[in-house]
Amino acid sequence: MSEVKNILLCGVGGQGIILASKILATGLIKAGYDVKMSEVHGMAQRGGSVTTQVRYGEKVYSPIIGKGQADVLVSFETMETPRWLDFVKPDGKVVINAYEIPSATILSGAADYPQGVIEDISSKINTTVFKAAELAEALGNIKTMNVIIVGALVKAMGLEEIVDWNEVIAETVKGKFVDVNVKAFNVGIAQVK
Amino acid sequence: MKVLLTGNEAVARGAFEAGVTYASAYPGTPSTEILENMADYKEHMIAEWAPNEKVALETVIGASMAGARTIAAMKHVGVNVAADPLFTIGYTGITGGLVLVSADDPGCHSSQNEQDNRYYAKFAKIAMVEASDSQESKDYVKAAFEISEKFDVPVLFRMTTRVCHSKGLVELSERVPFEVIPYKKQPQKFIAAPAHAKMLHPIVEDKLVRMEAFSNETPLNRIEWGSKKIGIVTSGVAYNYAKEVFGDDASYLKLGFTFPLPMDKIRAFANEVETLYVIEELEPFIEEQMKVAGIPCIGKEKIPRIGELNPDIVAKALLGIERETVHPDASKIVGRPPTLCAGCPHRGFFFSLSKKKNVVITGDIGCYTLGSAEPLNATDSVICMGASISMGHGAKKAFEINNVDKRVVSVIGDSTFFHTGINSLIHVAYNRGNTVSVILDNRITGMTGHQENPGTGYTLQGDPANIIDIPQLVKSIGIEHVVSVNPLKLAEMDKALEDAFAYDGPSVIITRWPCVLKNFTEADLKEFDLSKKQCVVIEDKCKGCRVCTKTGCPAISFDNTTKKAKIDKYMCVGCEVCLQACPFKAIERAGE
Repeated sequence: MSEVKNILLCGVGGQGIILASKILATGLIKAGYDVKMSEVHGMAQRGGSVTTQVRYGEKVYSPIIGKGQADVLVSFETMETPRWLDFVKPDGKVVINAYEIPSATILSGAADYPQGVIEDISSKINTTVFKAAELAEALGNIKTMNVIIVGALVKAMGLEEIVDWNEVIAETVKGKFVDVNVKAFNVGIAQVK
Repeated sequence: MKVLLTGNEAVARGAFEAGVTYASAYPGTPSTEILENMADYKEHMIAEWAPNEKVALETVIGASMAGARTIAAMKHVGVNVAADPLFTIGYTGITGGLVLVSADDPGCHSSQNEQDNRYYAKFAKIAMVEASDSQESKDYVKAAFEISEKFDVPVLFRMTTRVCHSKGLVELSERVPFEVIPYKKQPQKFIAAPAHAKMLHPIVEDKLVRMEAFSNETPLNRIEWGSKKIGIVTSGVAYNYAKEVFGDDASYLKLGFTFPLPMDKIRAFANEVETLYVIEELEPFIEEQMKVAGIPCIGKEKIPRIGELNPDIVAKALLGIERETVHPDASKIVGRPPTLCAGCPHRGFFFSLSKKKNVVITGDIGCYTLGSAEPLNATDSVICMGASISMGHGAKKAFEINNVDKRVVSVIGDSTFFHTGINSLIHVAYNRGNTVSVILDNRITGMTGHQENPGTGYTLQGDPANIIDIPQLVKSIGIEHVVSVNPLKLAEMDKALEDAFAYDGPSVIITRWPCVLKNFTEADLKEFDLSKKQCVVIEDKCKGCRVCTKTGCPAISFDNTTKKAKIDKYMCVGCEVCLQACPFKAIERAGE
């Protein structure tokens, strides 16, 4: 338990990244880890690029990491991945939710949505790609995309056995959304081999 | 019991446990959640949003004079607004414990500068406490109240974004009620007239000497021995970065009580170690004082004074270590600047205004700062809260006397208007300025995450309140040309601007429509048509002129292959700004 592990989650304001981090952190605490987590609030949330960091181990000091330090980068949106890639250890993992949200720069026609992002990253580092949006729609609730991603992340980090995650989800999401989010979490687990 | 709390939540909890009964603040990132979390302790304390930070601090000074433990919270630049009373309570002292939280923002995540407010403690001659994580945020706030009462001094509780918004495990305790100190009239203490002020100054200097002695003894300033080859003096979040990088390969003097500094303790520590580093974020506050005291150390010649630190920056600066990283193809990285939301009422206003020629637009602090960004490119200046109206006035007067033909529009939000804009508008009215002041009334304090303000009808703790009627207020200070409009109706908006330009004298336009992210009140639902609508592009009619994308709406994209615009059905709320902007009537309401 002594080595501190670092998870970096990135995406776009409004994608539910903070809730995803909260589920993850709650599970880690229940499993007995010291946890630190960092978020960014304020203007950055208005459709901007958003990250949270979750660090866990026996004793965690810094709430944030620097470049080359993340064990896993979980990207909720395709083109956010390269923006944060240099935070990952060269032998770390990248989990990408293949989902495109064009930024204002692209919408205004000043740039095109970048092509070949996933190919570029897959050629450089251990990468898992899946489409949480399609899986969430199949579950009948597009908003469960974030919890599907948490499931995939938990599997990628080998954390699926540390606690009863269904219980963690029941504690962290609102009552009527528990069932669908538990399903979503398990769909996410199944995405990572 | 241990719970995961942000530093802000922990400060609120600490204030609760310390027996605070009155708290006030003006919202500002990264400080906002401190007061929001105190509002939940309604049975035990009063928590109130003030219209600005000066008012917040003054109410807290009053509560302290009344004998209660009390706390004010604000972002770093808010302390500038509250600086006037702050410097004088440095002289008068307090009765009930008084803590002022300053939440600094190294890295300018959500601020107009990255000033280091530790200098305020030295400047105002008051005590300062700094926490490095959530547990310390809670514990040290409690200690700060004791220090405040022990030395009859306000305590500056200095936090930074990473302490405010990081979460860590916190051990909770019970609340210990604070028995109010019986009120006593003390004119020589609280009337800071010149004769009294002269007598108070030597008392302050004496307090500083006694507080330095305390600083040398308090466990808030602790030594953690490791290897003595390297010694590190540090405070706040930088302590965590130092520990992360050096672990047991260094010894640490971790400072929690950072003004007055424990110079004897620092000197003794310095004598024990071979190389002495000072690791602090932003300015060399500790380093400078150490050097003046004749203690050699290495600080800002290695550690950057610009922006936030992190473990990487510290490792690179002091050890020359750089981690291996994976580099993406740089062409795959496209910017993602923040934007006004789909359906934001500010969009209609800025879209109309951005078409006007020969206009200087002075802006202000809020989501509408984004009116300066692509593709609206409207605003010319943003300096500080309330400056739009006063800067616009000065600019217009200077243009006029120097025969420069320019129109001036000042743009300010409702909460920012109540904050300090109202003073500026009094100036414009009384001095017969010739500017157009536009108050963007979106019925809430938007950017900081929806706080009540004197225009919304509710207090922080949920009680109904009298709403300030902005048009009536503006008229009563002497503005004669006052118009209220729906900013989403472009023709109406355009006419309001043209009428104001044609008017000789000061004018005010109030754009009134609620923030699209707001939890609508019953009054909102009664006043505004907030039913769900949606717009669609009729492909056959779309000529690919891209005018709709010039509104900057994140729901509209342009397909470069089909050369047609497209509206995202999940994001569109049917505000119809694009529908009115389209010159070919190619956008319609869905289902019609």
